Order: sequence, then structure tokens, then C-alpha cells
Amino acid sequence: MGNVLAFCEVSGSVLRTNALSCITMARQAADEHGGQVVLLLIGAGAGAASADAARYAPKVVVVDDARLGQYTAETFAPIVARVARAEGASVIAATATAVGKDLMPRVAALVSAGMASDIAAVIDKNKFRRAILAGNAFQTVEVSSDPIVVTARQSEFDAAEPLGGAGEVQTAEAGDVQTLGAEVVKVETSKSDRPDLNDARIVVSGGRGMKNGENFKVLEELADLLGAAMGASRAATDAGFVPADWQVGQTGKIVAPDLYIAVAISGAIQHLAGMKGSKTIVAINKDPEAPIFQVADYGLVAQWEQAIPELVAEIKKLKESQT
Amino acid sequence: MKILVPLKRVPDPELKTKIKDGAIDLSGATWVVNTFDEYAVEAALRLIENAAEGTRDGEVVVVTIGPEDAAQQLRSALAMGADRAIRVDAEDQNLDAGVVVATLSAIVEAEKPDLILMGKQAVDGDANQVGQMLAGKLGLPQATFAASIELAQDKTSVTVGREVDAGVEYKKLPLPGVVTVDLRIVSPRAVVNHVTPDSHEYQEGPRYASLKGIMQAKKKPLDVKTLADLGVTAAPVTRQLSVELPPPRAAGRKVESVAELVAALRSERKVI
Repeated sequence: MGNVLAFCEVSGSVLRTNALSCITMARQAADEHGGQVVLLLIGAGAGAASADAARYAPKVVVVDDARLGQYTAETFAPIVARVARAEGASVIAATATAVGKDLMPRVAALVSAGMASDIAAVIDKNKFRRAILAGNAFQTVEVSSDPIVVTARQSEFDAAEPLGGAGEVQTAEAGDVQTLGAEVVKVETSKSDRPDLNDARIVVSGGRGMKNGENFKVLEELADLLGAAMGASRAATDAGFVPADWQVGQTGKIVAPDLYIAVAISGAIQHLAGMKGSKTIVAINKDPEAPIFQVADYGLVAQWEQAIPELVAEIKKLKESQT
Repeated sequence: MKILVPLKRVPDPELKTKIKDGAIDLSGATWVVNTFDEYAVEAALRLIENAAEGTRDGEVVVVTIGPEDAAQQLRSALAMGADRAIRVDAEDQNLDAGVVVATLSAIVEAEKPDLILMGKQAVDGDANQVGQMLAGKLGLPQATFAASIELAQDKTSVTVGREVDAGVEYKKLPLPGVVTVDLRIVSPRAVVNHVTPDSHEYQEGPRYASLKGIMQAKKKPLDVKTLADLGVTAAPVTRQLSVELPPPRAAGRKVESVAELVAALRSERKVI
């Protein structure tokens, strides 16, 4: 016992960036429990990422099966539960992504565990710190079950560094794959060459004040100049200006980039909950009273119609002078 | 069709958070139905009704676990149009996700709903656990973070549009199953039951209770059960030890021009 099993999402032959945050959290938990980190990769073709995964932990368990091409909680949860038992896991961990949030409570039910969701810090063996009330407070929660299920908030844990060696890779059988009749019939992905919102170093976000989707083009130009991801407030996604998966906030994505540029976003608490961990926050808004200015490191009271083209021009100048 | 909607009361999320003795100060709290659960009630009503003709074919049962005061939030849901309510008597400090799931499992076994529809998370604890745990415990299929629900013509399955990191995933579940809803489930065309004409556009957001609805809600059945009645013996395994306010952010400053902003980002922060 005492081991920490970390479920890691993969993309082709590598771990997804979000998994590296989970590994950092898992290492902390393993220190507290006196065990080792075991990474679990599941999916059709997941084996391709086993060499990458083995750089980060002494042991990797791979369940690579053609029946697991599409993630579903129904098929993945029993595998996580079974491997957790086999590996003597005291902690079963994942990152709080759309997959992690969907999967891990189901795993907790299967292994009769208590769970701490979306944690910001490991305090000790069974105490964790996490945001509640849309980030307006932090609670310390104690989980007294064995095992414990935990999901990590990606923005609160740095990406793990490789250990400088290769861990043991072990394959495990998928066993009886029960879909319970659930089936993913279609996935609509929004294709983009921009970095993933969860991982981006810079995020440019627009709000209701952008007035329509066409007006977001100027923000996209700014984002592309900076190599940034695009984000938006709920008001902007609800109004249909931009896709729902751009939403930053309590119910959207929680991000903490080096630089967050909020344009024409008033700063409702639900939005602030999703971005106030950012290292530097810039707010551009015509309303000097907008709440976004209370969290901004730099506030510019201006109409975006003037400020953004000017900002694009300034950054172009800067880039040219650098080359 | 019978839909069970578990709901939780939460302190009004619009009010400022206060902390007293290491816990959220709830002494003067105004309680409301958790936003996402209220949306689940709305979605449940849309699934069983013919909005064009004002008729319905099915039943919406709401359930909460909490002290006597929590009956008010059940009445709110009854006033929106739910048919009947169950309150399982319990004090909040004796509950955690596991106890709630054990309780709801017993209710599901007694009520045998076709669909369990609930909010994706409570906006106080932000844990996002109960729906998935309930589905896991009962061996039912699940669809979390529903932005849309389409009930099949034969009413034996639902296809749920789920907001995932890369876009929208459409997941088909046979019934019975568990669906947890996200904000966009109350947009005008998010719920399709092929009884209400598919072209029908609802008002954005959950419906308001009419005066008639509020009067009727007083007469609708509200059963009270105890954990013992339901045979629930589970004890909490998660416990809140303390709560604190987040550290304040260092005050920022206003810049006068785009040029000043760019200079600051470059020289002070070195982020561009």
C-alpha cells in the first residue's frame, strides 16, 4: 500500500500536458504516503505513449485495447478501480479536466472512496486545500477513507520534470469491457492551431463588450501575434459570439497563464474564479468601475475598438525590432 | 416518464462570502436552490411536457437531503412545476458526497425513475461528484455536463451534448441513466423531446414560478423521510477542517496608454 496511481491522458505518443500537473501532485502524495507513483494509461493505442510516460515515474501500467478507442466513464472507471487495487494504491489521482472530472467520482464510487475534487494543494497524507464558492474561499478538507480519490487543478501544480531514467512498463488486460449501453455517437471539435486554453502561456479573452463574433477577429489577430490561446467570458459564449469551449470561469475552464488579457470583460465573480490565478492580468475596459480592474495588474480604461488595433500595432513593432 | 431531480440548497451565490471561526458564516444566509439543480428542474419539465399545448406526460419528483428549512427549496421546485417532493431529514454537517449518494441510491431503488437529472455541481462546494458517484454505485450509464438533451421518440434513450475540453461530445445513453446539467441546458433549444414541436424556442433560463404555481405548490405532496427509514448507515468520510479567504491580490495600477502597457509588460513583467 501507500502507492499513488495517477491516471494520465495521452495524445498520440506523449502524455498530455495536463497529465504532468497530476504527476507533480501524485509525487507529493506519494511522499506523504511513503509509496511510489504508478502512472496508468488507458485507450486504444495508449501503449504508444508508454515510453514518454516512463520518463516520469518508476512504473507505468498500460491498458491498450481496441475496445477503448473512445473514452467513456463506463468503460474506463472499472479499469482504473481494478488497477488501483492491484497496485496497492492509497491515492488514486487525475487532473480535473473534462475527462478527469467525469471519470474520477465514478471510480470513487467503485472503490468506496471519499474524494477531494480539483485540489490546489496537498497538505499531508489525507488533507487537501481546494477552492470553494467560485474561488471566493479555500477549504481544507480531510478524507479519511482508504483509498482516497483526488483530482488536481492543473493551474495549481507545475508540470512535472522527467526523473532521468526510465520506469518499468507493464501491460494489463482491459478485461470485460462493459459499456452499459452508453455510446459516443459524435464529437464536434473546434479545430484550432492555437495552443490549448488549459496549457497556454498567454490567453486573450473577450467579453460581452465585443458585441459580436466578427469583432473577435481583432482579438484573434492579437492572440496569434502573441502565440496565445483564445478565451471568453460566459456572456460572450452564451451570446454565441464564440464557441462554448472558449469559456473561462467557474463553469468553464480554469486557467492560470503567465499573461491574461481581458478585453471588454466586466469581471463577474464566476469569470474571476476562472482566471485570477494568472500571473499577470491586463484588463482593457471602457468602464472604469468594472470589477475586472480590481484583480488586474495593469488596467487600461479604453474602448477596445481603439486600444486593440493600437496594441496589435505596438506588438508588431516590438516583434519586428526583435528579429 | 418519471424523472428524479435531486437538489441542494446553497447560500445565495450573489452574496458576499463571510467567514467566522474557520467556517463559512451561514448565520444570516439566504438559501436558494443550487443554480445547476434549478436548471435540472427546468430541463426535466421540458422533457415531460408539450410546451405548445400546455400538457404533460410524465412526472418530475424532486428530492433534497437537509433540515426542515430545506423544504422551502423543494417548494420552489414544486412552484416551477415539479409534481411532488421528498425531503430526507438530515443535518448538513452529517453529510458528505458518499452519504448523499447512499441516500439517493435508496430513493432511486424505491422510486425507479427513468432518468436522474441533476446539476453538475453545487455552487457552494464546487465538488462535482454526486452524479457520477450515484451512476457508478447504481451501475447506470452517465452523461455529465449536459449542454443539450434529446429524448428519443421511443423514450428509451437520451442523446446528451456534453461540453468537453475540445468541443462537444454527443453521448447516447439507454434509460435509466444519470445526466448532470451545465449552464447551457436552459438555452432556448437545448432540450428536445419530440413532443413539444422541435422548432419550439423556450425563453432563456429557468422558468419563473407563476402565482398559480406557488399556490399549487403548497398543496403538492412533500414526503419526509429519515436516513433510518431508507436504511442509510453510511458515515461521512470527508470533513471540512477550516475555511479561509483567498490571499488578496496585490493592487495593480492603471496605465494611461497602450504604449505604457506594452512597455510595462515588456520591462516589468517580461511576458511579451
